[in-house]
Amino acid sequence: MAKVLVVDDEPNIVLSLEFLMQQAGFDVVTAEDGEGALARVADAPPDLILLDISLPGISGFDVLEQLRNDPRHARLPIIMLTAHGREVEREKGLALGADDYVTKPFSTQALVEKVKSLLAEDA
Amino acid sequence: MRTDAVVLTVAFGYLALLFVIAAWGDRRAEQGRSIIGSPTVYALSIAVYCTAWTFYGSVGRAAEFGPSFLLIYLGPTLAMLMAPFMIRKMVRIASTQRITSIADFISARYGKSSSLGALVALIALIGITPYIALQLKAITLSHAVLVNYPEAAELRLAEESFWVDKSFWVALVLAVFIILFGTRHLDASERHEGMVAAIAFESLVKLVAFLTIGVFVVFVLFNGPVDLFSQVADSPQLVGALGLDAVPGGATGWVGTLVLAFLAFLTLPRQFQVLVVENVDERHLKRASWLFPLYLVAINLFVIPIAMAGLLLPIGNHDPDSFVLTLPLSAGLEGIPLLVFIGGLSAATGMVIVETIALSTMVSNQLIMPLLLRSKRLHLSSQGELAGWLLGIRRIAIVLILLLGYLYHALIGDSYSLVTIGLVSFAAAAQFAPAMLIGMYWRGATRVGASLGLIAGFLIWVYTLLLPGFAQSGWLDADFLTLGPWGIEWLRPYALFGLEGWDIYTHSLLWSLLANVGILVGVSLFTRQTPLEQTQAALFTNAMNPGLQHTPLWRGQTTCGELRSLLSRYLGAVATARILSDQGNGSLADADPAPPSLIARAEQALSGALGSASARVLINSVVRGEALDLESILSILDTTSQTLEYNRRLEQKSNELARIGEELRAANERLRELDRLKDEFVAMVSHELRTPLTSIRAFAEILRDGKDLPEEKRIHFLEVVVLESQRLSRLIEEILDLARLESGRLTLTPQKLDLVALARHSVDAVHRLQEDRGVTLVVDIDVDEAPVIGDPDRLEQVIINLLDNAGKFADDDDPRVRLHLAPHKRHFRLSVEDNGPGIAGDERERVFEKFHQIKRFSGNAGKAKGRPRGSGLGLPISRGIVSHLGGRLWVEDAPQLQGACLVMELPSAMDGREPGFVQKVGD
Repeated sequence: MAKVLVVDDEPNIVLSLEFLMQQAGFDVVTAEDGEGALARVADAPPDLILLDISLPGISGFDVLEQLRNDPRHARLPIIMLTAHGREVEREKGLALGADDYVTKPFSTQALVEKVKSLLAEDA
Repeated sequence: MRTDAVVLTVAFGYLALLFVIAAWGDRRAEQGRSIIGSPTVYALSIAVYCTAWTFYGSVGRAAEFGPSFLLIYLGPTLAMLMAPFMIRKMVRIASTQRITSIADFISARYGKSSSLGALVALIALIGITPYIALQLKAITLSHAVLVNYPEAAELRLAEESFWVDKSFWVALVLAVFIILFGTRHLDASERHEGMVAAIAFESLVKLVAFLTIGVFVVFVLFNGPVDLFSQVADSPQLVGALGLDAVPGGATGWVGTLVLAFLAFLTLPRQFQVLVVENVDERHLKRASWLFPLYLVAINLFVIPIAMAGLLLPIGNHDPDSFVLTLPLSAGLEGIPLLVFIGGLSAATGMVIVETIALSTMVSNQLIMPLLLRSKRLHLSSQGELAGWLLGIRRIAIVLILLLGYLYHALIGDSYSLVTIGLVSFAAAAQFAPAMLIGMYWRGATRVGASLGLIAGFLIWVYTLLLPGFAQSGWLDADFLTLGPWGIEWLRPYALFGLEGWDIYTHSLLWSLLANVGILVGVSLFTRQTPLEQTQAALFTNAMNPGLQHTPLWRGQTTCGELRSLLSRYLGAVATARILSDQGNGSLADADPAPPSLIARAEQALSGALGSASARVLINSVVRGEALDLESILSILDTTSQTLEYNRRLEQKSNELARIGEELRAANERLRELDRLKDEFVAMVSHELRTPLTSIRAFAEILRDGKDLPEEKRIHFLEVVVLESQRLSRLIEEILDLARLESGRLTLTPQKLDLVALARHSVDAVHRLQEDRGVTLVVDIDVDEAPVIGDPDRLEQVIINLLDNAGKFADDDDPRVRLHLAPHKRHFRLSVEDNGPGIAGDERERVFEKFHQIKRFSGNAGKAKGRPRGSGLGLPISRGIVSHLGGRLWVEDAPQLQGACLVMELPSAMDGREPGFVQKVGD
């Protein structure tokens, strides 16, 4: 069973994503900030990450960059989740190697589809 | 005490002090901390006008001719009152033309004429030498009176050899002094700072000495002025002597002496030196124009009382010129006579020092240099430096002038009274006035006219004052005076053309000036000026025109190398290097053509050292073609005033445009900044709104799609939707508040309220919530009542916000919050502190920025759970509300709980500030 790491500092958003992913049949681990996310990946690498950008401490962009610089995780599917709707940020995220970029608030169905298709591709 | 040895020791000690002061002044100048850059020092240095002649002679003249001596001081007073029109212009001309002396001034005005300069120098030498002699005589005489009293002092110079003559040694010491401090720089237009400092000091010494003797005479010898005047009133003879009609020549004598003193004050070489050449700053004239006349009043205050006292008291048959000495001596005093002697010495040496510097500059620059330059062999073949030479010439001139003064004193000095010599010199100097003053205001005055006028005036002076003086000394047949030469009666020197009954000075002045001015004007009308004369005339008459400072245009051609070798030959290598680098031309190669500005600068530098005439000769010797583009200058002079006005307006306009442009740029910058802030704000707002909206949408979709959700999950999710909706509305409320605060539309309803009650109410409102979170809330209220003016709802919002924040940031394990309310001066302070990590110094202001959130969730993320995040708007809004109510809100160290502490301060409403008005933010 594929494992999804949900990273967000808003407890209710984490709650909703956790529920959605479980409902879609994935294992879910969560983190509230960038350091936590990196620690989870180091413990046991997930199959996909849903990564918020505005995090306390190091930002989602930093996490993305660090993971992409590590050859072990260079191809790990990562979807950026963000409340920043600005085009520059979207471009920055994609340029840093995010697989997709989803703006909050998002459609739950579309998000689940995206996760499924990325995991299928990966497999 | 009055032994020769003591007096000599004191005198030479005083001269040594002068050396020290002058050396100090020069050292300060070298260090760039000039001590003479003050209008007071300038005014004091002008007081070199008061020589030994004033010091001793005024009393003598008052005893003989009554109050006429005052005219000698009214003339300069008049001149100083006119300083803004006349002396200022002289100073301006001298500084732009690098004028070194009055001879140089007149020579420069009339086309830099060597011959005219030489003529002025020669007249000055002849006319002023007796005046120097007079000072030496005064020193010797006062010394003799001091030592010989009560015997009458007799000068037996002829019988003694010069080496026992004190005045010879005084002259020698002065020569050393003047060489040391008067010829430090070759550039004579540069200031002699040490010398000026010494002169100013001497002016103080002579004033103090004279006031001392005056006070002594009036208040010690007599019982105050009333006593003195009543005794004078008892003596009809004295009353007559001091009356106005005692003035020689009556009313014409008055006018004559006044005019004489007025002109001499401007034209005596030493006065020109201190007044014009040594002037540091034109603005100094302003203070000097009243301070110097005041000085004259002070130094003349006691002249009449001393003269009267001398005539009243039985002090023996002494010359009135030495009353200031014999009066205290007759009273048996020792100290005061010595002080008076020093005062007289200072008056005499001050004059000799400045006069000799001025004369030596003239002699070297106007008499000797032109002769040397004429000798082609010397000028063209000599390869060595001539700079040292020039200083040598000036030093020799100093010694010779003093020697001349001494000889004059030793040989014929006896036959004149102090007053006579002084006025004779005045009359000689007055001959320079027409050429100088008319030349400053009338462009048409020509060199030929000025020269002939000067010669005529001088000859009449010789004939009507100098020769009669010789005749009275027995050097000439006295019949010449009474019968006229060869018995021609209308040529009698004291009654020329039958003009009888006038005093000799007014008589001489009238005829000499009449001839001088008449010929100057008459001949000028019928002679033509050379182009250079025209230029100089225009530059002098238009000196106050600011456009002229930079006009000289040059078209002559020479190379930098030629200029450089010329300059270094006459000014020395160091000065030359400085001049060239000044102009930014240091990098020019020798073969490069010299730029016009460099030629101008070179001539200026040479003028400062050699005088304008010689400088012109030298420049012409290396520059091919007429160096100065005369026609351009003349046409510039005609058009400058128009151009100046036009330029001024143009500049005004362009300044205005620049200013408007600058304002527009600033406004644009502000708008850009505002625009950037607005974008940022919108981005932050949308980010903050999206966060709760995301939860709401996600759970709403989950609930929509998940028909078979367990009941408890459904309820939980619905609860989240409700909470997040509330958060969203609260956020929108806050954003609107902030927008209203910032735009000035937030309406507060201030009323008198009790902060104690409000604080308790707020505590009650958050109490439940805090308890749920395990926060211990301590309330310390130190007053019974805290009346303030405020909007109760808004203030409660602020206090709740503070309590809420404190709860959020308090320690995780044992969260504690304390509210404290106490009076502070005429305010009440409500502080809320917590035992959390506190707020670092650089964060303390930033917490009041919009959407600024303190990052403290990392590291203890688990424990912070359950405490909702703030929007980052609470504190900015709170601060806006508090400051609008006239209070302040800030962060400081928590006094008890060691965490953060937010303090709200509101003015007390106990002293009369009543509610009942509606305030709007931003009023």
